[in-house]
Amino acid sequence: MSQSDEILTIKGLHIEGKTDEGWSEIVKGVDLSLKKGEILGLIGESGAGKSTIGLAAMGYARGGCRISAGEIIFDGHNLLEMSNKGQRRIRGRRIAYVAQSAAASFNPTYKLIDQYSEGPVFHHVMSKSEAEHDAKELYRRMQLPDPEMIGYRYPHQVSGGQLQRAITAMAMSCRPDIIIFDEPTTALDVTTQIEVLSAIRDIVNQSGTAAIYITHDLAVVAQMADRVKVLLKGAEIEEADTRTMLRAPRDTYTKSLWAVRSFQATPKKIESTTRPVVSVQNVSAAYETQLVLTDVSFDIFPCQTVAVVGESGSGKSTAARVMTGLLEPSSGSVKLRDEPLPSVYTDRSKKQLQEIQMIYQSADTALNPKQRIREIIGWPIEFYTGLKGNANENRIRELLTMIEMDPDEFIDRRPGELSGGQKQRIGIARALAADPSMIICDEVTSALDQLVAEGILRLLDKLQQDLDLAYMFITHDIATVRAIADDVVVMKAGKVVEAGPKAEVFTPPHDPYTELLLSSVPEMDPDWLDNVLQGRASSGN
Amino acid sequence: MARNFLKILKTAPPSSVFGMVVIAIYILVAFFAPLLAPYSQTEIVDAEFMPPSAEYWLGTDNLGRDMLSRIVYGARNTVGIAFFTTILAFLVGTTLGIFTSIKGGWTDQILGRLVDTLMAIPSLIFKLLLLTVFGTTIINMVLIIALVDSTRVFRLARAVSMDIVVMEFIEAARLRGDGIWRLVTREILPNAAAPLAAEFGLRFCFVFLAISALSFLGLGIQPPLADWGSMVRDNASLIAFGEFTPLIPAIAIALLTIGVNFVVDWMLHRSSGLKD
Repeated sequence: MSQSDEILTIKGLHIEGKTDEGWSEIVKGVDLSLKKGEILGLIGESGAGKSTIGLAAMGYARGGCRISAGEIIFDGHNLLEMSNKGQRRIRGRRIAYVAQSAAASFNPTYKLIDQYSEGPVFHHVMSKSEAEHDAKELYRRMQLPDPEMIGYRYPHQVSGGQLQRAITAMAMSCRPDIIIFDEPTTALDVTTQIEVLSAIRDIVNQSGTAAIYITHDLAVVAQMADRVKVLLKGAEIEEADTRTMLRAPRDTYTKSLWAVRSFQATPKKIESTTRPVVSVQNVSAAYETQLVLTDVSFDIFPCQTVAVVGESGSGKSTAARVMTGLLEPSSGSVKLRDEPLPSVYTDRSKKQLQEIQMIYQSADTALNPKQRIREIIGWPIEFYTGLKGNANENRIRELLTMIEMDPDEFIDRRPGELSGGQKQRIGIARALAADPSMIICDEVTSALDQLVAEGILRLLDKLQQDLDLAYMFITHDIATVRAIADDVVVMKAGKVVEAGPKAEVFTPPHDPYTELLLSSVPEMDPDWLDNVLQGRASSGN
Repeated sequence: MARNFLKILKTAPPSSVFGMVVIAIYILVAFFAPLLAPYSQTEIVDAEFMPPSAEYWLGTDNLGRDMLSRIVYGARNTVGIAFFTTILAFLVGTTLGIFTSIKGGWTDQILGRLVDTLMAIPSLIFKLLLLTVFGTTIINMVLIIALVDSTRVFRLARAVSMDIVVMEFIEAARLRGDGIWRLVTREILPNAAAPLAAEFGLRFCFVFLAISALSFLGLGIQPPLADWGSMVRDNASLIAFGEFTPLIPAIAIALLTIGVNFVVDWMLHRSSGLKD
């Protein structure tokens, strides 16, 4: 940071969003400054206004939003006083934007390289052939495989991580002064994320571009940013350079964000004579002819949590589908207390269905939006236990109290009137209503903010102790596994790579894939990325 | 609930308020026809083709029956039968549509192709054909129109329901062991209600126009019952003399169609979730 001149200054930014009741403020007076070549991290939970501020840095407000006050000064010019035409000359040319989902941002009907050259040609920076030549150069620097030819593929022909790198290259095409990265790695697996992070950092450093890096992941921001600004509900909480912020956060909110990862579930001992509740034995399964599970076996014991980890496509959710009877295995069996379960759910008895319950990742689609909580929880109670009328209502109230929600306040609400965390709690209550012995939790915290997710993990832990529940916890997040698991099953490409008690799996020597998975999880250490990359380079990986 | 409903009504644009007023008037007229109509719908009260006067506000028709009374009773006959037919078409179409979306597989293939076949035949010609085969009674007409129109409802119900069936709350209900009846009535139908209600309005217009068209061709509601479609036909010759009379039942038909469409437009707009 040798240059001290500011490229972007935002002063007193207010942004309003349109609601049914009129305009309400979603960004409440945020100041921001960005020097040439500097990376500023914006972090906060959903609804903090991170993306809104990111877009405002280009003088843009989403549909239904308006910038009501403030100044956005880019290189001496106030973007808000500029004409649309003037703003268009700057966007893409001098300020570029990288969206969270590259897959949704690319036009599926054009080749990557044609989309790359669109910007430079539009802004008269390069001719089409120059742009294509330049694209290959940037693809090489982004470490994309086969940089000469990859641009001639369509977006669906390359992987998610490659697309994210291709879109970053595209943002660089006009060599802008600022790039805004809006959660560019959130949708990626950890092993892919690390590649994209290092590619982004290299290219930003090499070309001296300034950047605003928006994320909710503290460990990621620690790797990427020189300075960090913490936001909460549209207002700034604090700002400091990354190392200071990590070492000594001032505000209590920031401290609570930092402390989230410290949660540890109560460890549970089991006696060696205990029989497993559910036992998956040598299960193989296929979609059509595509084999998705190969010889998968693991046991789940009462009052224990088995975490099944793996990247997307590793077969962890498919294993759950076989256990619930939604997918018929081609060989192998699932046993419930030593009794083989019929392989299709329609052949299972009510009692068998009752024993295994599910909680889903997205509570939005897992709860019927037209039903009230009274029915969402009350019906499974009536269906499985036969309780009706007052007894049913009492049981609903009991369950709501168990999940720490006030029965009087919530019993007549619909899912649309709840927050994300509350919806997930209702999902838990619905599973508990069946009085099960095992619950499959499919990525139940992935869609939630960290503080909310931690609350859900604590609740699940408490319920496990009170009710002797067994959990199968499907997740791609190693931090969650560390927090909650007793046993760990690592899956890759439909096979179990490693399985055993958490302490065993997480202590070296690891299976090579477990090693890769574990070492790819960002840590809250600003030097982590450098160290990992150095380590991998020296070990010849 | 009732208060919510009123709150929603207040947000209605003028066009749909107009539509709702029109529909309300038609319903009232249909209900209180015997009280409102000055004469009986079949009674010959005076000479043919009398111009409007203080005694016969809209004049008399080709047989000398009071036009106003027949319009009033026509609301009851045409609108009432159309409404009943639409309900029938919806019962059949929605039930089968949702059912196949849950079952999938062979059920879906067989019912789907059957519906395709029925839809491939031009609807009015198909209805005419079936009516000639089975005879022109009101019951036959209701059943035939309901059957032919239920194919369109089936298509919509199946498509809407397909989107809902893949949701996780349906998976949860299936894994719970819920029966198909509960899946349809408690899980899927409430979520499909908005587009289906909108389609009900449109379908009602089509059924209503189909009845009028059939009556105009002499295969619908049979005389001496008053019906707007046949009233247009009976008095059509008057057009040649610059008379207004045959246009009155035609306007009654047009007004209701437009009114229902205004309301449906608004409902579709609301259910689509667009703000402006």
